[in-house]
Amino acid sequence: MARIDPYAIYSLWLREMIRFFRLKSRVVGSLAPPFFFLAILGMGFRSTMVVPEGIEYIDFLAPGIIGMTLLFSATFGGLSMLWDREFGFLREIMVAPVSRLSIVLGRTAGGVTTAVMQGVIILVPGILMGLKIAGPGGFLLSLVFMVLIATTFNSLGLAFASKMKDMSGFSLIMNFMVFPLFLLSGALFPVENLPSWLRILSYLDPLTYGVDGLRASLVGVSVFPLVLDLAVLAACCAGSLALGAYLFEVSDVE
Amino acid sequence: MNEAAIAASGLTMRFDGFTAVDEVDLHIEKGELFGLLGPNGPGKSTIIKMLTTMIRPTDGSALVWGHDIGRERDAVRSSIGVVFQDPSVDSQLTGRENLDFHGRMYGMDARLRQKRIEDVLDLVDLAEKADVLLEDYSGGMQRRLEIARGLMHHPDVLFLDEPTLGLDAQTRRYIWEYIQNMNRLEGVTVVITTHYMEEADYLCGRVAIIDRGRIVALDSPKNLKDLIGADLVVLEVGDGHLDDLVGVLSDIDWVVSAEASGDAVALRVDHGESRIPEIVLTASRAGVKIRSVSMHEPTLEDVFLEFTGKKMRDDDTGGGGGKLVAVQSRMRTRRH
Repeated sequence: MARIDPYAIYSLWLREMIRFFRLKSRVVGSLAPPFFFLAILGMGFRSTMVVPEGIEYIDFLAPGIIGMTLLFSATFGGLSMLWDREFGFLREIMVAPVSRLSIVLGRTAGGVTTAVMQGVIILVPGILMGLKIAGPGGFLLSLVFMVLIATTFNSLGLAFASKMKDMSGFSLIMNFMVFPLFLLSGALFPVENLPSWLRILSYLDPLTYGVDGLRASLVGVSVFPLVLDLAVLAACCAGSLALGAYLFEVSDVE
Repeated sequence: MNEAAIAASGLTMRFDGFTAVDEVDLHIEKGELFGLLGPNGPGKSTIIKMLTTMIRPTDGSALVWGHDIGRERDAVRSSIGVVFQDPSVDSQLTGRENLDFHGRMYGMDARLRQKRIEDVLDLVDLAEKADVLLEDYSGGMQRRLEIARGLMHHPDVLFLDEPTLGLDAQTRRYIWEYIQNMNRLEGVTVVITTHYMEEADYLCGRVAIIDRGRIVALDSPKNLKDLIGADLVVLEVGDGHLDDLVGVLSDIDWVVSAEASGDAVALRVDHGESRIPEIVLTASRAGVKIRSVSMHEPTLEDVFLEFTGKKMRDDDTGGGGGKLVAVQSRMRTRRH
């Protein structure tokens, strides 16, 4: 069953692209919260927030907000399988002569691409507000982190969607999983500011390493060594992709 | 190598102690337009879901176009097209994009896709709506697009689960036409489920009547109706002694049966239309005044009744005259 079908993967990816560019209001809607976070928090905490030596708060905040954008957009992308189930399109996908693994890879490719595009878009207001990017190499490295972050949470969303019968669990996941992951990740403030018992939770949050890696590659400042960020995130990514693929494989269509 | 399009034996599906499909054997030839007819309920759709690999049977096995539905699921999926009972389109895509997506999932290259999209859109008269978003399609148009999509990759067998459910009479007619066309013109084997009697009667070469997960009768609509044989003639009686009339009529040798019910007498008669004058004459001799006479030929509804002892739901009977069916229903109720 583990046959990979590039044409089907492309087809599923293309569908996500068409939908993404067609639903402009959804794109604008999903970019508004990170933009407001960036603009308003960036100005509000500019003078009071204690951040690592040598950088401005906007340098600290922008990578965090990109991480937030990726987290929300990718998780939502994974969970969007619930919509396909609700509106029946999932059956059209499932009855095609395409392996389940290819379906997971196609959906993931689409979800990751849309999430990364949004992450890159958020860079623009960041730069306008004074974010200084370390260089083209740093930007390319940040893209690697963006893909890893998006894949991790897209797969996690898919894993949850595979286990849910309807859309009632959607807000539960958004509020009880996605928000804590965001707030604990050190996207808005240094994790060191948290009390030690809460900091443990931060270290268990994959997004912590994602945000740290984004900071390391974009601004050159990080808590952990860049290699550690990359290794932990890659491991989380592989784990959640495997989990999502497995749960989707064994899930029922009806 | 099995020559049948579909060969199922002992196909069974149980959900938590409830048996939806009970040891169904089915043999469908290539090129047939085959109907699964039965009341609303899980039976028919569950058979389709098993044959299309959407669910695995609890027991039994089936070959679809020679491929085992349990072990060769991808091969089965490549051989079939499915039009589901509920909508299964992406409403944010246009008709053409939905078809294009479908073609890619079935490994069709760009040129072939383009050609087939034109072909199947023509077949269902949607060429002009190709670039309209599905969310702006009417229910009937959406259904037609789904039928076109089911056909697009040249399936050997096309499954249609209640294709005209909830559509108006005119749209239903059109869809019947499309289904017949593709069976005849494209040579596709078609398996259709329906709970509309006249749909099965009009469309299908052979019909399996399903009741409580079992096939209770299987033959061509004509042969099934011939099993019932006689026409039904109903006399609405003004005044007079009904029982006397029933007695007199029952003695005539070409009357199969005669029963009184309220102010009506129902007769089973061969060649009903040529017997009506004689029936009326007999009645007036017996001093019974007849207000109206109506006749109907046996329908699959009657066949269903005969084999299951119950009516399909009244609102699903469609043609055939509501009043007549109601009379007949009362008659049956008395008998059972």
